[in-house]
Amino acid sequence: MTMKIRTKPYGEMEIADRQRLIFPRGIFGFEELREFALLDSAQTPFYWLQSLQRVEIAFVLIDPHFFRPDYTPDVDPAELQEIEIRGPEDMLVFAIVTIPEDSSRMTANLQGPLLINRRTSVGRQSISTNPLWGVRHTILEELALARRGA
Amino acid sequence: MLILARRIGESIMVGDQVEISVVDIKGDQVKLGINAPSQVKVYRREVYSAIQEENRAAAAAAPRSLPHIEGLLEKKEESSREGSKGAPREGPPKGAPREGPTGDPREGPKGGSQDEPKPGPTGNPRAR
Repeated sequence: MTMKIRTKPYGEMEIADRQRLIFPRGIFGFEELREFALLDSAQTPFYWLQSLQRVEIAFVLIDPHFFRPDYTPDVDPAELQEIEIRGPEDMLVFAIVTIPEDSSRMTANLQGPLLINRRTSVGRQSISTNPLWGVRHTILEELALARRGA
Repeated sequence: MLILARRIGESIMVGDQVEISVVDIKGDQVKLGINAPSQVKVYRREVYSAIQEENRAAAAAAPRSLPHIEGLLEKKEESSREGSKGAPREGPPKGAPREGPTGDPREGPKGGSQDEPKPGPTGNPRAR
């Protein structure tokens, strides 16, 4: 089954039902937004998290492992339970990306990862308790370090 | 807002499962001990606010067309090769260690940093 939605980056488009995600508590700062669609972007390694309630709200996402192979979100077991994640195979982890005018300075928020249960399409934003992870990791710098094998 | 006066060693209960006690007071700093079930997350208000702020910044910034990451990386590598021949590479990745641990206060004392009140996930998200 597919549904037609309106998106900020691509205008009107069709998505498969399984691309539709529910965030029962919204996202911090956007607690009223519960329904989203996960879209592939034209540009790897990014994805879009498009609000289905407010078309002008769409987040750019990245798989944190793309630039931080050492990333683990360190989430509370209770949070995993809340979205019924039983094992790593259930879980998708994304970081929200902030892209300033100078896009080479784009950052990813590793302290507030998005956890999504791919089985049930339910997600939540978590707060990592690991002091290593901040809200602004400069993607290009850390990617360069990772590629250098640092 | 409910305001209660407490002395060192005294505590308050939030519901019947969360206990917040005053461990120490020095000058304008209060050390709090928090006992809560594991499904109750406890963190500093600043951590919560920082994530809200960053989400808002991300939503406001998100451009319609996304940057080409490999292209940017190449450009960056080129300019750093030209710009700083032989210069030492910069230190640890930005954003890695943040100011002070954001550790869970329930993990017990590890150096004066688990001492702040819990914001509560219903804290007013519009407050700035």
